[in-house]
Amino acid sequence: MDKTEKLLEVSGLRVTFKTHGGEVNAVRDVTFTLNKGETLAIVGESGCGKSVTARSIMRLIPEHIGKIAGGSIRFKGQDLAKLPEKQMRELRGKEISMIFQDAMTSLNPTITIGEQIMEGIIRHQKVARSEAKRQAIEILTLVGIANPESRLKQYLHQFSGGMRQRIMIAIALVCKPSILIADEPTTALDVTIQAQIIELFKSIQQKTGVSIIIITHDLGVVAKIADRVNVMYAGKVVESGPVRDIFYNPQHPYTKGLLASMPRLDADRSIPLSPIPGTPPDLFRPPIGCAFAARCDYALEVCRNYQPAETHVHSKHAVSCWLQDPRAKKLLASMQPPTGT
Amino acid sequence: MERKKLVQVKNLTKTFTLGKGLSLTAADNVSFDIYEGETFGLVGESGCGKSTTGRTIIGLYQPTTGEVIFDGQNVHQASSAVRSKLTRQMQMIFQDPYASLNPRMNIAEIISEGLYLNGLYKGKERMNRVIELLEMVGLQREHANRFPHEFSGGQRQRIGIARALAVNPPFIIADEPISALDVSVQAQVVNLMKKLQQEQKLTYLFIAHDLAMVKHISDRIGVMYLGNMVELSASEILYESPKHPYTQALLSAIPVPDPDLEKSRERTIIEGDVPSPINPPSGCVFRTRCSVAKAVCAEKKPIWQEVDINHFVACHLYQ
Repeated sequence: MDKTEKLLEVSGLRVTFKTHGGEVNAVRDVTFTLNKGETLAIVGESGCGKSVTARSIMRLIPEHIGKIAGGSIRFKGQDLAKLPEKQMRELRGKEISMIFQDAMTSLNPTITIGEQIMEGIIRHQKVARSEAKRQAIEILTLVGIANPESRLKQYLHQFSGGMRQRIMIAIALVCKPSILIADEPTTALDVTIQAQIIELFKSIQQKTGVSIIIITHDLGVVAKIADRVNVMYAGKVVESGPVRDIFYNPQHPYTKGLLASMPRLDADRSIPLSPIPGTPPDLFRPPIGCAFAARCDYALEVCRNYQPAETHVHSKHAVSCWLQDPRAKKLLASMQPPTGT
Repeated sequence: MERKKLVQVKNLTKTFTLGKGLSLTAADNVSFDIYEGETFGLVGESGCGKSTTGRTIIGLYQPTTGEVIFDGQNVHQASSAVRSKLTRQMQMIFQDPYASLNPRMNIAEIISEGLYLNGLYKGKERMNRVIELLEMVGLQREHANRFPHEFSGGQRQRIGIARALAVNPPFIIADEPISALDVSVQAQVVNLMKKLQQEQKLTYLFIAHDLAMVKHISDRIGVMYLGNMVELSASEILYESPKHPYTQALLSAIPVPDPDLEKSRERTIIEGDVPSPINPPSGCVFRTRCSVAKAVCAEKKPIWQEVDINHFVACHLYQ
């Protein structure tokens, strides 16, 4: 399938939260697009704004403490950032669905899973219970749950961790949304179960053509599932591009650092890991310049004082780093005299 | 040269009674040795009994049967005087750096509690020791008067390590010490643990589910499944030529941060879930998910045996 038709366009998104310590700038000017039928991975460490970005698309930012302070989220001719709650409710679950890390706390333990799956169908499609039940059985079969008919009458505690995740995926997909947002969907699972769930995502995408935004900190999962990657740091997208460019030709020092700090099964154990020194900045008072400058081995004077602009390695691979500036490249070249000639 | 066995775990079984006549065998006849100065990695999925094994070794649990010998002393049958000496020799680092530090104690109090309980480093020396420990784990002396909430996850784990090292133990059990941390910070903590091991001649039992990280830090690795040790060997060997079908499946399930390799990799995905440990399968506990299970696997429990030099497996394929 050609994965170039734009489905969702987020531009200049800013999200802030009011806390006792002041205002936190959780998402600072995030722009990206999601194409039809593709899987976009958003990676980054805790607090980088990846979950807040996803929740903004679903408009799940609690209004009494947080707000979308700027930017737009264009989806099918509408701006989700400004859509009234009533219309948003028509979209959630029907057009855009979301699944979370922990099924046990995301689903209701006192209602049968059948009711929870049928709730969305009845709400959005206004069909009879018998039809809703038929669809629920169909979707449970799709996500690989055996004996769906009898399973419908069971409660969440009667399922294992991997099964619960399958049920949450079933609930999210039952109304055939065009976008599925998965926030750390495999983080709480064991690796053998994680492998099963990743395979499930891939087969579902092939069957339904749903676009997936997957949020994760596990670069292994990204390599396995993603078509494109957004790397986020301190509320900004610092690098974005096709998955191969991000892994084999990373440009931002943070992306490079993340890749280098992960141990690999096929690596020599005598070589120490190369961690990124320090910790992410405080987003109460975000740095004036590049947020990564304080932890960056290559930081220049300009990095601390001015935000880098986005530059393109090629049309699909973008990076926000001062090292991409022609002047910095010249400087680097002068620092490293060519060898071997 | 014969290496000294610092810890000997012999036929360790730990059964928890659950009431209603039910019981759960979290560790079933587990045996292994940990040599002085090495890092022994214990891996497996949730519920495999790796934490129970660790906690029984340090004496938090009394074993149902079997024994643990630490430096010639039986941990669970020691007199209380010997026992208190043993606790000074074995310390633990926990998974959750948020739950394992008392929020109402400052860092100096947290780190020096073991010193206080053991009557070590009296008076002014105690504070000097705290500062020495803080600097050893990459923190600063100013941090001594602060409270846990003022620190990030990685810094808290450093505090947990400083607390464990305070009484100069030769042996440390680290139970999932990095799984609550961000990737870039995990590497910091692992490098710190390796550095401290060299400086202080420490022996580690490193319990984790992240096989890539366990392989990186461990000299030898034991793989557990549903309370049973299924394979044990040097870490490179385990990665290069895993023998047990479970180890093979576990290695194949781990996604590698390399998109091209991921596309070309042949993967054996194990079907289904881990069975309930309350009612484990007969014979080999892995047989219900094993792609090469035979009739004998349901009838007889496979024997734990050395199939290559220093490579132990419990599987009927090799018997």
